[in-house]
Amino acid sequence: MYSPKVMDHFQNPRNVGELADADAMGKAASSTCGDILRLYLKFKDGRVVQSTFKTFGCGAAIAMSSVLTEIVVGKTADELKAVTNVQVAEALGGLPPIKMHCSVLAEEALKSALEDLAQRNRSAA
Amino acid sequence: MKTVYFDCNATTPVRPEVFEAMRPFLSADGEYGNPSSLHTVGQRAHAALEAAREKVAALLGAADASEIVFTSSGTEADNMAIVGAAFAHRERGRHIVTSAVEHHAVLHTCEYLEKEHGFQVTRLPVDRQGRVSAEDLKRAIRPDTILVSIMAANNEIGTIEPTAELGAVCREKRILFHTDAVQAAGKMSLDLKNSPVDMAAISGHKIYAPKGIGALYIRRGVRLHALLHGGAHEKNRRAGTENVPGAAALGAACDLARREMPKEEPRIRALRDRLEKGILSGVPAVFLNGHPTERLGNTTNLTFEYVEGESLVLALDQAGFALKKSDLPGVEVSTGSACASGLLEPSHVLKAIGVPPEHIHGSVRFSLGHFNSDKDVDSALEIIPAAVDRLRKMSPLWEDRAPSPSGKG
Repeated sequence: MYSPKVMDHFQNPRNVGELADADAMGKAASSTCGDILRLYLKFKDGRVVQSTFKTFGCGAAIAMSSVLTEIVVGKTADELKAVTNVQVAEALGGLPPIKMHCSVLAEEALKSALEDLAQRNRSAA
Repeated sequence: MKTVYFDCNATTPVRPEVFEAMRPFLSADGEYGNPSSLHTVGQRAHAALEAAREKVAALLGAADASEIVFTSSGTEADNMAIVGAAFAHRERGRHIVTSAVEHHAVLHTCEYLEKEHGFQVTRLPVDRQGRVSAEDLKRAIRPDTILVSIMAANNEIGTIEPTAELGAVCREKRILFHTDAVQAAGKMSLDLKNSPVDMAAISGHKIYAPKGIGALYIRRGVRLHALLHGGAHEKNRRAGTENVPGAAALGAACDLARREMPKEEPRIRALRDRLEKGILSGVPAVFLNGHPTERLGNTTNLTFEYVEGESLVLALDQAGFALKKSDLPGVEVSTGSACASGLLEPSHVLKAIGVPPEHIHGSVRFSLGHFNSDKDVDSALEIIPAAVDRLRKMSPLWEDRAPSPSGKG
């Protein structure tokens, strides 16, 4: 039921783990299925240079988290704001309709990370 | 690489002996006759159909082969029993009792009668191990109760229901008792002629016959309405030219199951026990869902905490790849996790036995069968701990878990 790209990211997830010196951490939990995603972002000169994840969830949720850590690299905070769940799903070659909520989880984790970043910037200022 | 197939409660491969038994009925120069025809080839098909019926009756311990009606599936057999009984006896009442852990073939059929035909349905709760109590059944029975439908053994957790006790309650109150025996048939001995059971559904593809054939046992004297109307097939109980190849296959499968059960049941049980013990001792934070002893010998349902079931099913299926050892076979199992269901609904069975949602999420069913060997269990015990460990290392819940007193996680 999954595309080869989903299976590839599920079998070889990129960037698994915590990022000790992350500049932002995003959390999302799905009310639909109970899956949980944590996303870590590290910035340099205003752009993401590294991103990692930890996920409790189905194959789609893990693949989605993995591809998200690739999508975000090189982007500024403003550019990240424009990333949508549909884009993330498309990066995986599409998802079965019933699994689209997993991509929403990815978008929410990213939004949560951006809020965390803004908060940290405010505290630092 | 041969896969390790531990999903026999979902379906089973057709056994070669069963395939051979149905082959003549699928070839142009063979037994293609219509059992209703009077000519020779038709009468030979008729004889084959009746011989198959005898074999099904023997496995179920029916008093007479005429009590067996061939259907297209276990689901059709359940529908025929429930809708057939409800329609035939609705003048006496419109109340049906079933349980919360039934297969959807029973639950959704009862729901249909409730929504579309004005029946009332009571769904009995079960205990932590999945058992219905006779006391609960007694309390649920009303003057207008016409039918009770409780499964013989559960497909997800393997729990065996006390059907003898439940059936006795029904008999005393003169209420029809149907049991979905789809998982029980071939895995435990049944003796319907000496049991207070009026109807029992079975399915071919759970016992090494192909998909597309099932049967309903209807005790002599029990009146049902037919679901399918047409010719006088199956003594007017189920119209439609009989699936002779399917029936021949089901007959052969029932015959094998009956003859081999004394040896096969303990052999498969021993494999299951070794698998279960190996996982419980080799993987931290795992527990059993279901009844420890009153359970089908082939089934174990385990919750792996901090892991989601669908991802574990996929990881086990692709074990060689996921664990970077191409010589490892895939292990094929199933899960009660909402993420793996078409409607994002967690298993209603695990819910009914009180498993909390987060534990249903990590539930996996292993169901063994005829083709499994010690080697399969060895492979699975090598693969499962590694696959679970790999997913747990990805899981934020694993790193956050409260340390257990044993220090095992």
